[in-house]
Amino acid sequence: MTQIRPGLKLKSAVCTAEVMIIKALAGVELTCGGAALIDAKATAPAGVAADDSQMTGCEIGKRYVNGDQSLEVLCVKPGKGGLAANGAALTLKDAKKLPSSD
Amino acid sequence: MNISMFLQMAAETFPDRIALVNPDGRHSYGDLYNSAQAAARLISDSGCEYVALLDTSSEAVAIALMGAALAGKPYVPLNYRLTDAELVGLAERITPAFAIVGEDHLARFPTAGGSKVYARRAFLDTLRADTELYENPDIDPSAVAVQLFTSGTTGKPKAAILRHEHLVSYILGSVEFMSAEEEEATLVTVPPYHIAGISAVMSSIYACRRIVQLPDFTPKDWLHLAHSEQVTNAFVVPTMLSRIIDDLKRDASLPKPAAMRAIAYGGGKMPVQVVQAALDIFPEVNFTNAYGLTETSSTIALLDPDDHRAAYSSDEPHVRKRLGSVGRPLPGVEMEIRDDDGRVCGPNEAGEVFVRGPQVSGEYLERNALLADGWFPTRDSGYMDEDGYLFLSGRADDVIVRGGENISPAEIEDVLLSHSDVLDVAVVAIPSVEWGETVGAAVVLSPGTSVEAGVLQAMVKNALRSSRVPEKVLFVDALPYNETGKLLRRIVKTYFA
Repeated sequence: MTQIRPGLKLKSAVCTAEVMIIKALAGVELTCGGAALIDAKATAPAGVAADDSQMTGCEIGKRYVNGDQSLEVLCVKPGKGGLAANGAALTLKDAKKLPSSD
Repeated sequence: MNISMFLQMAAETFPDRIALVNPDGRHSYGDLYNSAQAAARLISDSGCEYVALLDTSSEAVAIALMGAALAGKPYVPLNYRLTDAELVGLAERITPAFAIVGEDHLARFPTAGGSKVYARRAFLDTLRADTELYENPDIDPSAVAVQLFTSGTTGKPKAAILRHEHLVSYILGSVEFMSAEEEEATLVTVPPYHIAGISAVMSSIYACRRIVQLPDFTPKDWLHLAHSEQVTNAFVVPTMLSRIIDDLKRDASLPKPAAMRAIAYGGGKMPVQVVQAALDIFPEVNFTNAYGLTETSSTIALLDPDDHRAAYSSDEPHVRKRLGSVGRPLPGVEMEIRDDDGRVCGPNEAGEVFVRGPQVSGEYLERNALLADGWFPTRDSGYMDEDGYLFLSGRADDVIVRGGENISPAEIEDVLLSHSDVLDVAVVAIPSVEWGETVGAAVVLSPGTSVEAGVLQAMVKNALRSSRVPEKVLFVDALPYNETGKLLRRIVKTYFA
C-alpha cells in the first residue's frame, strides 16, 4: 500500500487515469478499476486485471471524495476505471458553480 | 500539488486551443506548456533561487509563472513603475534571481548577487528552440509558488508568500476545469505583479478560457480589443469601469462590447453610482464583485450576478443596499467580524474582517500574520448583514479616531457622493489638537460646477451626526490612485498638512 500524502500523483494500473491526492487519509487503499493505484512514474506491473464491474470511468478535472469527504483526489488524466477507497467507490464532489471573479 | 498542473491538464486536453492572445501573436495551450517546460529547464540549469519578472503583460508572464512552478522556484513579479532605487532594494532581497526583463527595463535589474538577466524576447526565442521534454521533479505542496512584495503604506515592502497548496485550493475551489467554451475569451488588464493578474492567468488556464492581454489600459483600447477579439469576460478595477462608461457615453463611435457576457470587478472600493451606471449601460452583462487580498490568494467573497440583479431591481432598502456590498464568502472560506476586544460581532455590527481557509496564506517572509487557530486578520473593516453579505468600510488603519469615537471614512464618503455635483471624494484623518484626530474631506466636483463647503457639511450633519462633519473640506482636481485603482489615502492626508 502506498502511503498517500497531498500532492502525490498516482496512476491506474488498468487504464489511462491519473489522480492527484488533494486530501489524504492514512491507511487507505486507493484503487482504479479494482486494481491498486501505483506511483505515477512507475511502470504498470504486467498481468494486472481490471474488475469489469468497477470500470465506471473517471473524468479529468473532477474531484472525487469518500463518504465523509476525509479523502479527496483530483483526476488529472481521464480513464475508464472507477476510483475506490478500501473497496468503496469514490463519488463526485458536489461543487457549487461560481461566476468567474478574475 | 503544483500550479503547473493547471497548464499541463489544459495542454493535454486542448493542445491546439488558443490559450493567450497579445499584440505579438496567438499561443496555444500546447505551445505554452512546451515553453514552460523549456523555461523550467533553463531556470534549473541557471542555479538561481528565484524567478523574477520585470515587464508588462505578455505570454512570458504565463510561461514564467508555470516554468517557475515546474522548477520549484518562487515566482516574483516586480512592479516596473517603482523607482530605480526601490527596484534595486527589492532585487537585492531575491538573489540569485533568474530575471526575465522587458526590453525597456533591461538596464534596471541589478546582476549583483549572481542574478542573471534575460531580455524577454531573447528568453522566448530560446524556449521555442527547445523541444525536449523536461523531467520535472516532485515539488512539495508547501513550496512557495509566488512571492509578492506588497505596496505597503509605510516602511519597507513586505514579501507576501503564497504556497502551491494555497493557490491550488483557491483555483480548485472556485474554477471548474475546462468550463469555458472555445469561443470564450477574457480581457486581462491588471498588471502581472498584482495578485489579480496572477489569479487571472491561473483561472483562465484551468477554465481553458482564452486570455486576451492588454498591457496598457485605455478605455478606447479596451473597447476596441473587446470588439475585435469578441471578448466574453473581463476583470476591471473600479477606475477602469468608470472610465469605460464615461467614454462610451461621450463617444458614440466607440464599439459596444457586444459579445461580453460577464464583467468582474474588484481591487478597490467601487462607488455604487458606477455599478448602477454599468448595469444601465450593459443590461445583458453578468456583473460580479470580487473581494480579495494578496494574502488570501485573491478572491474570498463574491457578489454574484443574481445578487446584482436582485439589488438593482429591489424596492427594499436593505436589498438595494447590497449593490455596495462585496457579497458573501466563497464556499471554502470562513469569515468573521471581530471587535477591538476580539469578540465576534453579530449582524450589522462593525469590526475587523477575519478569514480562514485552505487558500488563506496570511504569511510574509518577515512574519506569519495568521493567528494560532488559523484565522487571518485582514486589517479591513466592515460588517456582515443578517444574510451574510459583507460591507467594507475601509482599512482598519484608515479609521478616524475623533475624541475616542471611531469614525469610518466610507460612511461620510457615501453621503458626500450622493450630491449630484460631487464626482469623487476621500475622507481622511487630520491631526487635531482638540480631538486627537478629526475629519477632512478632499472633494472632486464635476467640471464647471461649484458647491459651498457648508452645503456638504450640512448634508453630513443631517444624514449622520455632528461628529462626522468634515472640519475641513478641500476642493481638488483629482484624487491620487495607484495603477490598480487603490486610493492613496496617505497622499490625501498630506493635502491637509
